[in-house]
Amino acid sequence: MPRIRPIRTEAIVLRQRPLGDADRICVLFSPTRGRIEAVAKGVRKPLSKLAGHVEPLSRGQFGLAQGRNLDVVTDASTLDSWPALHDDMDRMTEALALAELVDRSTDVDVSSRPLYDVLRHSLDELASTKSPRAVRWWFTLRFLDQQGYRPELEGCVRCRSEVGPEGNGFSAADGGVVCPRCHGAGVGRRLSSPVFRLLRYMRRSSCEATAQVNVDADASAELERHLRLSLEQALESRLRSSGFAEALARAEMVGRDATSRVVESEREEQQRAAI
Amino acid sequence: MQRSPATAPTIARLIEAFHRLPGIGPKSAQRLAYHVLRAPRAEAEALAEALLEVKDSTRLCGICQNITDADPCAVCLDPQRSDATVCVVEEPLDVAAIERAGVHRGRYHVLHGAISPMDGVGPEDLKVRELLTRLGDAAVEEVILAMNPNLEGEATAGYLSRVIGAMGVRITRIAHGLPVGADVEYADERTLRAAMTHRVSMDQQGDD
Repeated sequence: MPRIRPIRTEAIVLRQRPLGDADRICVLFSPTRGRIEAVAKGVRKPLSKLAGHVEPLSRGQFGLAQGRNLDVVTDASTLDSWPALHDDMDRMTEALALAELVDRSTDVDVSSRPLYDVLRHSLDELASTKSPRAVRWWFTLRFLDQQGYRPELEGCVRCRSEVGPEGNGFSAADGGVVCPRCHGAGVGRRLSSPVFRLLRYMRRSSCEATAQVNVDADASAELERHLRLSLEQALESRLRSSGFAEALARAEMVGRDATSRVVESEREEQQRAAI
Repeated sequence: MQRSPATAPTIARLIEAFHRLPGIGPKSAQRLAYHVLRAPRAEAEALAEALLEVKDSTRLCGICQNITDADPCAVCLDPQRSDATVCVVEEPLDVAAIERAGVHRGRYHVLHGAISPMDGVGPEDLKVRELLTRLGDAAVEEVILAMNPNLEGEATAGYLSRVIGAMGVRITRIAHGLPVGADVEYADERTLRAAMTHRVSMDQQGDD
């Protein structure tokens, strides 16, 4: 049934893409209407009044009119612009991962208040936390729960026996922890005791409490691997934004390498000139 | 696009070709096709020749990566321009806009896009490696990042500032805030925040 009257909804802007010369298609995530694709007209022009209100990683109140193919944004006002998510690259990278997860897993016209609340809370936390990646871990566990891929952390996913903290494995394909006996038979990747405890702690704790935990580099890398594989299982593909996180982590090394390559080629040139 | 049996196949082919161009909808494509049909033959030939010529004779400048007829391009060859500053832009059209304003007398570097993490567009898809090679030239003292003030622009500027920062070259980014002719009352929070953050002393106004 076509919608005639314009609607008003609160939403988080997940992403944008250009349309024509001056417009953009905005992907909004509304608690009552799920994923909405709407055209924001003229927002690529310098004097657009809408442009700043439809930037990704912001929350606002939107008026939407029904267009021929897509809705059209008639008005918008910002409720949260989360400046820290735009100014700090590490926070931005984590926020983009959250936005991509929601963008790829939500449908049009499907109410999704619980996921909206978790996303909004996580973005609020990301803007102020000292540990952005911990906020992403916390969000990822909630996201997997809500998508029906809740990782089993209490008993072995193969034999259903109870598990202690030591000697376990983790199988993303099977959906959770594997007991030492099944892990010994080759099921799952190693799940160290600190990461096992951290997963259980994150499950029962708030986002703020999770962000307070000190996690060493080894445990962090292991947890990232388990969560990445679990997400790939749920999404059936890799997160695109993870490539940027990796590029950003390598950025300084790339700069140093470029400098040393130049120094090396200058040295070779001087040697050739001397000969 | 639905093809009408009343439209001759050759015209339908031309309509489809116009429709593939960015910003051209089915109606505009039809209008353009029929305009070409009614125009004198010389006009159609000039259009066809211009289209082929632009594909045959343009290439990327080996230095700044801008689109050019001759390599190096006129801007890179101009001895009046300073080698000390390189203005990095996303697209060739950005060079044209800055040149129209006449506000930069240094060199340029065109990235041919911006990092878009959610679309999987990373630094390896842009002309970043070519920029880093250029920056090895001791003459470059400052890199001006002239990315668009949006998420992709911020991601690109953030990445480049980390890479170039490690090379020890000074990096600046063009200011953003209220555009000329705008009303403060309609400005959004982020624009106002940027305008306040990048405010300048009245003594500095008009200084280059």
